[in-house]
Amino acid sequence: MGIKILYEKCNLCRICIEKCPFGGIEEKEGKIVINENCRLCGICVKECPQNAILIVEKERKKDISKYKGIWFFAEQKKGKLLSVSFELLNACLKLKEKLGEEVSGVIIGGKNVEEMGRELIKRGAEKVYIVKDDSLEEFQEEPYIDILSQLIERYKPSILLASATMAGRSFIPSVAARIGTGLTADCTGIDIDNESKLLVQIRPTFGGNLMAKIVCRDHRPQMATIRPKIIEEAKIKDNPDGKLIIEEFSSFSVNKRVKIIKREMTKNVVDLQEAEIIVSGGRGLRDGKNFSMIWELAELLGGAVGASRAAVDAGWIGYPHQVGQTGKTVKPKVYIACGISGAIQHLAGMQTSDYIIAINKDPDAPIFKVANLGIVGDLFEIIPVLIKKLKNKV
Amino acid sequence: MTMRIIVCIKQVPETFEVEIDNETKRIKRDSVKGIINPYDMYAIEEGLRLKERFGGETIAISMGPPQAESALREAIAMGVDDAILLTDMKFAGSDTLATSYTLSCAIKKIGNFDIIICGKEAMDGSTGQVGPEIAENLKIPFITYVSQIINIENNQIECKRLLEDHYEILKSPLPVLITVVKEINEPRIPSLKGLLKSKKAEIKKWGAKDIGGDEERFGQDGSPTRVIDIWKHTVKKEGRKLSGSAEEMADEILKELKKQGIL
Repeated sequence: MGIKILYEKCNLCRICIEKCPFGGIEEKEGKIVINENCRLCGICVKECPQNAILIVEKERKKDISKYKGIWFFAEQKKGKLLSVSFELLNACLKLKEKLGEEVSGVIIGGKNVEEMGRELIKRGAEKVYIVKDDSLEEFQEEPYIDILSQLIERYKPSILLASATMAGRSFIPSVAARIGTGLTADCTGIDIDNESKLLVQIRPTFGGNLMAKIVCRDHRPQMATIRPKIIEEAKIKDNPDGKLIIEEFSSFSVNKRVKIIKREMTKNVVDLQEAEIIVSGGRGLRDGKNFSMIWELAELLGGAVGASRAAVDAGWIGYPHQVGQTGKTVKPKVYIACGISGAIQHLAGMQTSDYIIAINKDPDAPIFKVANLGIVGDLFEIIPVLIKKLKNKV
Repeated sequence: MTMRIIVCIKQVPETFEVEIDNETKRIKRDSVKGIINPYDMYAIEEGLRLKERFGGETIAISMGPPQAESALREAIAMGVDDAILLTDMKFAGSDTLATSYTLSCAIKKIGNFDIIICGKEAMDGSTGQVGPEIAENLKIPFITYVSQIINIENNQIECKRLLEDHYEILKSPLPVLITVVKEINEPRIPSLKGLLKSKKAEIKKWGAKDIGGDEERFGQDGSPTRVIDIWKHTVKKEGRKLSGSAEEMADEILKELKKQGIL
C-alpha cells in the first residue's frame, strides 16, 4: 500500500475525509485510516493542511531513456484515412511544440497505403511507417496487435496515440498489455507537463461527472486513445518534409485464431461519433413510426439519428443509435434532443456536445439544464414546420 | 459438451451524480447504492444461457473492496453457481493493467475454463480495456462488442458483432474471451429460490497470497498510470429557454443552426 498517514502531524481536522470522493478515508478509534475504497488519487495529499498524508512511490526500475518520438496510429477504412487520423496528427504536432520530438504515423492497410502515407506527410508528419499487405485491408485485432507491438519494440516511441474508435478501443488495450505499459482510454484532452515533460491525459470518468488527469511516469510508451472530434484536423503544410518507411513483417497472420466468416455493411450507417449534427428522439415521440420525422430532419441537416434508451428499449429504433451510458458518447457540433427528458444516463452521453438544442413539452425536463437553446413546446407542431422551412430553402 | 464459464463483474455506484451536501460540504455517498455494472448483467445472463444450452458451470469473479460481495450475491441470485471476490489492500490503486493482471491470476487459478465473458465496459471508468487486457495476459483470443453468440460447436464459437458501420460474423477456438453489449440479451430477474440461495451462499475471498502471481504487478505498484488530479465536471450552464408558436420556434432553431455553421 503506497499511502501513509503521518500521525505525528495529523491534527484530526478530518478535511481529508470530506474531500475524498471515494469514501476511502475514515476515522477509527480516534485515528484517520485509509480503507479499501482508496484509489490513490492523491486528492487528500493536496488537501491536507498539515501535510500529514504521503503517497510513497517505488523507485523507477525500467530504463526509459531510449524511448523517443511522438507516434500516432492512423486508422484507415477501405484505403482512406479516417478524419480522426488527421486529428491525431494535429494533436501530435501540438505535443511536439512542447516536447520537440519527431512526429511519426503508423498505417496498417492493404490498398492505397503509400498514398495515405503521403497525405500524412503533406500535413506535417515527419515519418510514416507503413505496413502493407492485401490481407490487412480490413481491420482485425490479432494481426494489428502483432504488428503495432513489434513496431513499438523496434523503434521505442515515448508516446503513442490512437483513436478511441471501436477498432482502436478493441485492439490498443492488448498492445499496451503486451508491452506492459499504461493506457488511458477515451481522452478528451492531452498536453505535455512543462516540468516533468510527461504526457498529461485528461478524460471524463465516473459517468462523465468527474474529470481526471492521468500520467504514466515510469513506463513507455505513454499510450492513450483519443476521442474523435476534440481537435481540428492537421492542415496541409507549406513545405512538408517527411519520409515514408515501408516496414516488412513476416510474423503476423490474419485469421490466426479469430477468423472472419462474414462482413457486411449495415444498411443505415450510424456513425454517431463522426457526425457533426445529431438529431435524437426519445419517449416524447410516442410511437416508432413518428421517428420518420427525426430521420427526415436529420437528412435535411446532413446529420445522423440518435435516440434515448427509452426509444431503443421500446423497439422504435436500433441499439446502434442509442446515445448515453449504455450506448454511445457523442460530441457533435449541434445536438438536437427531441422529446428526450434528459435522464442522467442520457446526459452522460451527449452533454459535451458543442451546442445543444432541446425540444420538450415539460418546462422542468432535466434536458433543459444542459441545453444552450431550450424550446418548451410540442415537437409534433414544431418539427414539421422546421422541416417545411428547411425544404423551402433548398 | 459441458462448459466452464467465467463471468467477470464489477460493482459500480448506482448513480454517478456527484452531490455535495451544502451544509457539511461533504460528498453525499451514503445514499449511493452499489449495483452490478449494467453491461456485466448481460455477461451474467449470457453465461447462464450458455450453461442452460450446453451444461456445465458458471463462476462469477469480481475484484473490489469487501462490500463488492453484495454484487456477487446478486449474481448467485440470478443463477451463477460459484462466486469469488478478489479483495486485498494490495490491490488498491489498480489501473486497468494491474486489474487485468490480478483477474488473470485468479482465472488461471480457477483453471480449465472454456469461455470468459465480460461486459463491454464498466459504467464508472468506461475504459473497456480490462477485457482485452485479460485475454492478452492469458494469451487467448478475444472478440469484443459481441451482440449474439450464434453457435458453439467442435470447440469453436461463432459470434456476431457490430462495429460503427458494419457487422461481422467471427469464429474463434475455445477458450476465448468475449465482451458483450446490451443487444445480446435481456437479463433475468432473480427467482425467489435464487434469492434464498444467495443469502446463504458462501462467497470465496481471495487475496494476493491466494492467487499467486508477481506481487509487484498488483495494485499501485503494478499500475503504470496515475491519476494526479480529479475535479467535478461542470455541466454546461442552462442557456436560453423559449416558448412560442411553432413558427417562431422553428425560426429560432434555424437562426441558431446558421450561427453554428450547420446551414
